[in-house]
Amino acid sequence: MSVLEIKNLHVNVATEQGEREILRGVDLAIAEGEIHAIMGPNGSGKSTLAYTIAGHPKYTVVSGEILLDGESVLAMSVDERARAGLFLAMQYPVEIPGVTVTNFLRTAKTAISGEAPSVRTWIKDVRESMARLRMDAAFAERNINEGFSGGEKKRNEILQLELLGPRFAVLDETDSGLDVDALKIVSEGVNRAKANTGLGILLITHYTRILRYIKPDFVHVFVAGKVAEQGGSELAERLENEGYDRYLPTEASVAGGVSAGAPAPSK
Amino acid sequence: MTAATHAAPAAVAVSGAVPTTAQHGMTAHSDGARARPAIPVQTRSERFRSVHAADFPPVTGREVAWKFSPTARFTDLTDGDLDGSRLPFTATDAAGVTLSWIPRTDPRIGTAGTPEDRAAANAWTAVTEALCVHVGGENEKTVTITRSELGTAPRAAHTVIEAAPHSRGLIVLAGQGDARLSENVEILVGAGASLTVVSLQEWAPEAVHLASHFARLGRDARLKHIVVSLGGQIVRVNPTGHLAEPGADIEALGLYFADAGQHLEQQVFVHHDAPHTKSRVTYKGALQGEGARSVWIGDVLIGNTATGTDSYEQNRNLVLSDGTRADSIPNLEIETGDIAGAGHASATGRFDDEQLFYLMARGITEEEARRLVVRGFLTEIVQKIGSPGLEQRLTAALDMELRRS
Ligand SMILES: Nc1ncnc2c1ncn2[C@@H]1O[C@H](COP(=O)(O)OP(=O)(O)OP(=O)(O)O)[C@@H](O)[C@H]1O
Ligand SMILES: [Mg+2]
Repeated sequence: MSVLEIKNLHVNVATEQGEREILRGVDLAIAEGEIHAIMGPNGSGKSTLAYTIAGHPKYTVVSGEILLDGESVLAMSVDERARAGLFLAMQYPVEIPGVTVTNFLRTAKTAISGEAPSVRTWIKDVRESMARLRMDAAFAERNINEGFSGGEKKRNEILQLELLGPRFAVLDETDSGLDVDALKIVSEGVNRAKANTGLGILLITHYTRILRYIKPDFVHVFVAGKVAEQGGSELAERLENEGYDRYLPTEASVAGGVSAGAPAPSK
Repeated sequence: MTAATHAAPAAVAVSGAVPTTAQHGMTAHSDGARARPAIPVQTRSERFRSVHAADFPPVTGREVAWKFSPTARFTDLTDGDLDGSRLPFTATDAAGVTLSWIPRTDPRIGTAGTPEDRAAANAWTAVTEALCVHVGGENEKTVTITRSELGTAPRAAHTVIEAAPHSRGLIVLAGQGDARLSENVEILVGAGASLTVVSLQEWAPEAVHLASHFARLGRDARLKHIVVSLGGQIVRVNPTGHLAEPGADIEALGLYFADAGQHLEQQVFVHHDAPHTKSRVTYKGALQGEGARSVWIGDVLIGNTATGTDSYEQNRNLVLSDGTRADSIPNLEIETGDIAGAGHASATGRFDDEQLFYLMARGITEEEARRLVVRGFLTEIVQKIGSPGLEQRLTAALDMELRRS
């Protein structure tokens, strides 16, 4: 049974004004096949957690641990973590001019599985995955994310999730900017990946609407750099109705610059 | 002496350059590199020209043509005696392309242009014969001329590439191994001809290569001119395209990869001298390592007869490490009010770490990720070459460059 554990994680970010503390003792454990939703106001550190798990060099782990099946990943480089089975679907996927999606996917697949995929099955896998995500075949020949709409970028992230088959995926606001149809398509993609590989998922979102399609086993309320409360999916409903006010300390004591982040009611 | 001032002073001169920020997420300015605006002291058309070395005073390095170049390191080529005898080369064969040595008195010599600096004039004076590459026939064909045994003694060369009216062809002029070479290449593109010329510099690390290319394009002629500079200590290839007759069209492409201590320079000049002429200039370069240096100057002159002209030039540099310097100076002079379009762009940007992170987060190693990004940046040029064989060869050569870091 695979497990991703985050223990008392403290993380600083390097800013122009110097180091700033963002994560202040995060504890989480995600087992294979589980879905954990993280909800929290803007600026509470959700993306920081996601990036730190992936190993982004801008974030410094001051103390605490990230363990994959009991082994620390902190000393591992970004690519080593990905090869160990971690995946981050980014909130803002970057454009890479001159590198086609096809070339990228093949290179990534080869890196992850340690050998080049067999040409015939690979092309078929890519084509089928794209079709299921309702991505036009022409996307394969386009440069990564270049000129993609917000929704197309998110589908492209899920395409990679499906094809690379990680053990744990962090989905950072994959639902933001998606219309209802796209939301369903993307959610189906995530559920497929889970059903096929027993993927464990950390799903960061502001809205409960994605939770109608991707059913969380646990919901964590993230405030000012740590988990303020956890519960089952009923917690998400309450957050949607009540917002985060009850978790917010008095204004003066908020160091992390928490802005009004009550999720917009879904329709 | 042939001092040429063949264009009247600008009536409507829009001169000077403002490097613009790029559309591709790069900035016009960044650490370790700079792109700076330049107001020319004189317009490019008024620059002194002569085929006689003696007409140029000894090079000081302060001349407008030399001020970015490490001139002290090649005084042998600018001011010394050059070996102007036939130089050794190998060439591939193709029906429709003939190679021959022609005497320097041949009437074709000097019809495409006149040297603008002392190195070019010195070479012009020194050669006894020119290598003539004649391209005829409407079928597509490729001939590669490789100079790989030039040695370390300073030498001169003169090449005339002549595309007969309505002919088509791709000529690659490749350089490998040692060289201290100053050369002139004249490119005569006949009416309706479609010619591609690739100057491929893969010299040994100590080589010095100074080249002036002069192209004259006839009516409805098309020239794709590509400068690829990868190897050599100092490589300076300055192409001039003279769009002399209506409908002439030049696509000037450049690709360079400057490593530590390498100086790669290109001064491009496009002269729109007839109505309805078109030019596209696109140069892209990567710089990596202490002292890696690139210079790109792009002068476009739209003469007063060049109505309906369509012109665009751009240079983009990708900076991969500290300690590099990229000078990038686009410069547009317009002497007619009636043009279809003219523009320029210049940008020098640092390698984007977020791109690196994205690729590495998918399991791709840092080395491979850098290679993908740089190759992606430069590939726009490679893909425009239009020769799959050459594209493959260049991609492999670029990968070698990246691996060397
Ligand atoms: N690279 C960085 N440089 C400077 N500050 C940063 C950086 N990354 C994060 N921060 C700061 O850390 C805090 C947490 O940011 P983070 O992006 O993790 O929040 P979030 O919970 O994902 O917010 P959102 O809901 O808006 O996506 C914010 O105050 C943010 O400004
Ligand atoms: Mg975020």
